[in-house]
Parts: sequence; C-alpha cells; structure tokens
Amino acid sequence: MKYFRSHILVCVDPQCLQKGAHEILDALQDELVAEGLIDEVQVLETSRIGGCAEGPEMMVYPEGVHYVGMTIDDIPYLVEEHFLKGRIAKKFVHTEVTVVDEELRAPTAKEIRVVLRNCGKIDPENIEEYIAEDGYAALAKVISEMQPDEVIDTVLRSGLRGRGGAGFPTGKKWQLTRASSEPVKYVVCNADEGDPGAFMNRRVLEGDPHALIEGMAIAAYAIGAQQGYIYCRAEYPVAVSTLNIALRQAREFGLLGNHILGTDFSFDLEVRMGAGAFVCGEETALIASIEGRRGEPRPRPPFPSVAGLWGKPTNVNNVETYTNVPQIILRGAEWFASMGTERSKGTKTFAMAGDVKHAGLIEVPLGITLREIVYEVGGGLKDDKPFKAIQIGGPMGGFTPASILDLPVDYESLTKAGTMMGSGGMIVMDDETCMVDIARFFMEFTQDESCGKCTPCRVGTRRLLEILTRICEGKGMEGDIETLEFLCEQIKTNSLCGLGQGAPNPVLSTLQYFREEYEAHIYEKRCPAKVCKGLIRFEIQPGTCTGCTVCARNCPVNAISGERRQAHQIDPDTCIRCGICMQVCNFNAISIN
Amino acid sequence: MPVDTLNGNKITEAVNAAIERHGASRDELIPILNQVNQTLGYLPADALNQISLRLREPRSSLLGVASFYHMLSTKPRGRHVIQFCESAPCHVVGGREVWEALQEELNLANEETSPDGKWTLITTSCLGICGVGPVIIIDEDVYGNLTADKVPGVLARYN
Repeated sequence: MKYFRSHILVCVDPQCLQKGAHEILDALQDELVAEGLIDEVQVLETSRIGGCAEGPEMMVYPEGVHYVGMTIDDIPYLVEEHFLKGRIAKKFVHTEVTVVDEELRAPTAKEIRVVLRNCGKIDPENIEEYIAEDGYAALAKVISEMQPDEVIDTVLRSGLRGRGGAGFPTGKKWQLTRASSEPVKYVVCNADEGDPGAFMNRRVLEGDPHALIEGMAIAAYAIGAQQGYIYCRAEYPVAVSTLNIALRQAREFGLLGNHILGTDFSFDLEVRMGAGAFVCGEETALIASIEGRRGEPRPRPPFPSVAGLWGKPTNVNNVETYTNVPQIILRGAEWFASMGTERSKGTKTFAMAGDVKHAGLIEVPLGITLREIVYEVGGGLKDDKPFKAIQIGGPMGGFTPASILDLPVDYESLTKAGTMMGSGGMIVMDDETCMVDIARFFMEFTQDESCGKCTPCRVGTRRLLEILTRICEGKGMEGDIETLEFLCEQIKTNSLCGLGQGAPNPVLSTLQYFREEYEAHIYEKRCPAKVCKGLIRFEIQPGTCTGCTVCARNCPVNAISGERRQAHQIDPDTCIRCGICMQVCNFNAISIN
Repeated sequence: MPVDTLNGNKITEAVNAAIERHGASRDELIPILNQVNQTLGYLPADALNQISLRLREPRSSLLGVASFYHMLSTKPRGRHVIQFCESAPCHVVGGREVWEALQEELNLANEETSPDGKWTLITTSCLGICGVGPVIIIDEDVYGNLTADKVPGVLARYN
C-alpha cells in the first residue's frame, strides 16, 4: 500500500460544491504536483465535515485541522504553509484545533514525551494554555515552598545531565554557580542549535516557549540570578518572535520581572539573536557573542560558572535541559530517575533525518537501542533499503555501522562507540552513501565553521579536507590513511574548544568502521557506493544499447560516439560524469562501474 | 537592494534607526549590525564608519565582528538572495544536484552576485526544516523537497 504522510479530505456536499469545491480539489492537485508533494499528500473527497456554511472546507489528517473559507487563489499559500513549512495556516482554521505537524507525529509505543509534551498541543502564543497544563506551577512551588539548596538537591537527585551534548550533571553546574559569592549572576540558555539536522530545540522554542522560561526562572532562583539571556540563532526567526511574545505575556502575568508572584524573587529575561556562526554554540563563544564580540571560544578554566557573561558567574544550559526542570520539580526527582539507565536518566529528544521513513522529532527514554529508534520509531529505511550507518551528534559526532545497532543510547555507550550524544541530530544512511565522501562533506562543514583562533583546528581541519578531497577525486596515495589518523589525533588533543576536539570524529569513526572503503578508494581507485565522480565510469552495455542516439545527442561534452542502430561508446577521458546519459536512456543500457 | 540607490541619507537613516532602537552601547553591536544589514541588504563601509563613531568603538573591531558572522555581509547583495542549505540532511537527500543546478541556472558561484544585481547566491547552515530537504530560501520564501528539475521553475517566479 502506498504511504501518505497527510490526507486532505475536501467536502463535496452540495453547499460546498456550489462554492467551488471541485475547483478547490483541482487547484490542490495541481499545487501538490507543482510542489512535488503529490506522493506524500493524498487528496480525497468526503462529506459532512460540518462547516458547509463557511465552505468550501477541508480536513487535514493526521493533524485534524479543519480549514474553511478558502478560494483557489489561497491554495498555493495553504499548501506552502501547511505541507512545506509545517505550520497551520491559521487564517483558514475553522475552530480551535490542536496544532501538530508532520515533524512531530503522535508518539509511538517506544516514546515518552516530557520535553515535547506540550508541543503541538497548546497555542504557544497564549500563556493561559500553558498555565492550564500545570504551567508555572513548578515555579510557584519553588519560590514559595523551597529553599534554593533544596531545588538544586532535587535536580541533582533526578540525575539530569546537560542535553547540549556533553552531559555534565545539571545540578552540579548549578551548585558551582550558586557557590560563588559574587552578587551579580546570570542564567543563559543556549538556543544556538546549529548542528545540521537537529531541530528539537526549535520545536520547543516555537511550540512551548513558556516551559523554557519557567525552567530558567527556577534555575535563576536556585543559583541567585536576577537576569537571564536566551541566545537564539538567527536562522530561527519564528522562534525568536514566539519567545518575545511569551516573554511579554509572562511579564504581564507577573511571572517575570520584579517580585514574581508577590515574593522577593525578581528575574527577567531577554532574547539575544546570533548572526550565523556555528561556533557560537560553544558556551564561551556564545558568551562573547552576547557581549557583542566575535564569537570565539576562550580556554577553560575559568568556567562560566565562575567567570562568564561580563566576567560574572553564569549558568549556561541548553533549551532541553531547562525544559526538563519544571517537570522534575512537579513530578519529583524519583519519577525522572526512573527513566533511563544507571548514569543517563530521563528522556532525550532526537531529530531523525536522512534515508529513514518517518523523518521528524522523537523523544525516547535513554537506554533505548538504536535499532528500536531506527526501525520501531522511525519505521525503518525508505524503500526498505539496507541500513548502512547512522550519524549521531552532529558534525562532531561519529558514524556507526549496523553492527552496533543494539547499542543502548546513553552518554557513555555512545562515546565508547566513537560517537556522541551531541544535541540530538540523527542522520540515517542507506547503502548508497559513500562514507569517504560523507566524511569529506562533514570536514567541509567544520573547516568552514572553524573560527580560526587556534592552529590545530584552523589548519588541521583544512589539511584533513584536502586529503579527503584528493581521495574522493581518485588521487589518494599510499600513506594517506596513516596521515589522516595522525592529524586527527593531533587536532583532537590540541584544539581549544569542543569544535576542534570533535572535528576529527567523522573521519576517525569512518576509518574505524568503514576502513575498507578508504582502501578501495586509495588502492583500487574504486568507490564502492558509486558516488565519487573521480572514481566511477559510465559504460554502455553493448547488448542492451539499441543505438537510438538519445544519449549522444544529450551529452553536454560530446563524449558519446556510435552509429545509429549500433551500440554506442563513452569516451572516459572526455566524460564529465554528469549522469545525463543515464537519465535519458530509455533502455537502461548505461551503468556505473 | 540595488547598490546605486544606496545614498548617504539612506545609510544614515538606517544607522540612526538601529541605534535608537538598541541603544548606543558596545554590548548592542550585533543587534545593531543585524538591523542595518537587514534594512540595507548589507553593511556598506560608510555605515560601519557611522556606527563606529556613534559607539566610540574602533572600525577595525566592527569589521572584525561584521566579517565573523555569516549573516552579515560587507559586500552588496542582489535584489533576491538565494540561500541554499548545505547541511548534511539536505545533502544526503539530493542537495548536491540542486546546488549544481542553481549554480548552472544562474551562472553564479557561491557568494556571487549577478552583474544585473538580480541574484545573490549563498549557502546557509541548517535551517532546521530537514523534513522537507533539500531546502532553499529565496528572500523569505521557503522551497522544500527540491530537485534539480524544479530549480528553473522556482527561479522563474521572481523578477
């Protein structure tokens, strides 16, 4: 059976037909074809949705959104908003509906929603909806009933660890910041979610901003801060505006500002926007960027908990870390610690992408295996192709092969396998991915994003990229693998910050698990996945070729010769491996070797 | 925004508006630069001069910041800015073909602006809408699930 991610049911009751339901149906079809969504979204006819008076009308599933009153001119907007951007087109919504998009499906049996519990369920622009879901109850409890030390103790006992990737115990961090005698302290949220493919934090910022605000207010109370900053990347304009609306409403409700809930506790928050620099996700670089400087990391110690923003003790946590806190306060440290493994407690959100059937956001208890994530939560690979590797932890993470699919997902196991938890990006790859090419691709990214301050990272990543590029072009040499390994070790041990220290991971892990692919590239001048253009040859099968000349006429460099009705040949020296001949051949006579 | 329409007044106006909104403080430098960049399309040398005077901060330090962040540009940009997401999730679902098609169709390489001032082609880091990759953004419009074939059609929507 064909699989559709969404279904649009258009009402064809007489009243709606009179208002142009058929035209709407046609326009929808056309627009979906134009946007290439026709294989993902199914359009059906139905009756009696219940809004004929305001028709034409339609229901969109699985979200259950009821749209009314559109004309055919609105269809491109509707399709773009709902099916491309994944946002509900509010102006056509019939009644109040829950807001869910394809990024965030209904949870599967293996999932537990703590951080994402409100995403898609409540209106992020209405604080009352958050309050109705026990919102700000934890903050009220903390400032009226608990001492700061008790709060820290609860977080410590819960076993919550930093969700930004490194996994430092959150309670411990708070303790360190609290311990400083400096009167001015800050809490900072790292919302600079720059890892390619990771968009868990974006969903929380856009879908449940008050949970973050509440978590930060609790942290501020625990460590003794009056001011906080949320550093959000500039690539997330919607998140920034949602946050600003949420902050304004929280102030209006007396949940931020002076004398919160009539107590002596005062705290306010400000959103700071980045300007596009991946390294700003590193905490000392992030602090430099908030201060208005170049976002370059500095050596630690001193850690921000001792000397951070403007030299004051500063507690920096990730969006997901803070968002967990209100739930821990309300439901208890024991509840939180009951999920997960010995040393990794609670749940973790991941953004799955790549060649997996159900790409999107998931939240799973720690300790779940990768196999369960890929096959049970993610539904397996697209077109049921064989699994080749999974990349976890963003550009500083590693690639792991099928042999470790049964690895439990926790901080220690992942590190041991040569990858890392990271912030939660997960890219699934099928057997058509070349591991040398993908390692080169990641190195291009880190090389580009290296801030340039320290030499091992600035020069080292450049050299790695050059060698990898050469290998992919078919110019690999004896000794390249050893040089790569040596360089990786040097960069790892001598770089200043996490970016440089993690940058070699994609190369090291592919060398560890897919060494034979490197060897094939270098020694046999062969790309097993048939991806690297310098190492593949397009060939015409003489038996299948009918001599129709289509390929020769389409070849941009005239590399194909042959008489009509005779088998053609490709001159490998002229061929630029563009693949056009293969696309235009009607007889599948062209293959890659 | 075409270069020739950028006269001195426009620059002063943009700088004044940004400083008025964020305050003449060194700590506010990035918000100020962001706003001016957004209003003018890029940061002309004259804008940096004026901000430098207003904030009493050396021009070199401003240039250091302006050149550090991807989203701030010290070079003029075309009327339409195409941002291509170069991240891994888009790469593994066919981003490279789209990127090649874009370059070919526009006859531009990364970071280049067409001679007629219509297009600027740049890459961007992950936009977080990986579910519909490969993704490009033209000005503020998002296009997802792109293939090389669709590129000419998308570009044709702009004039």
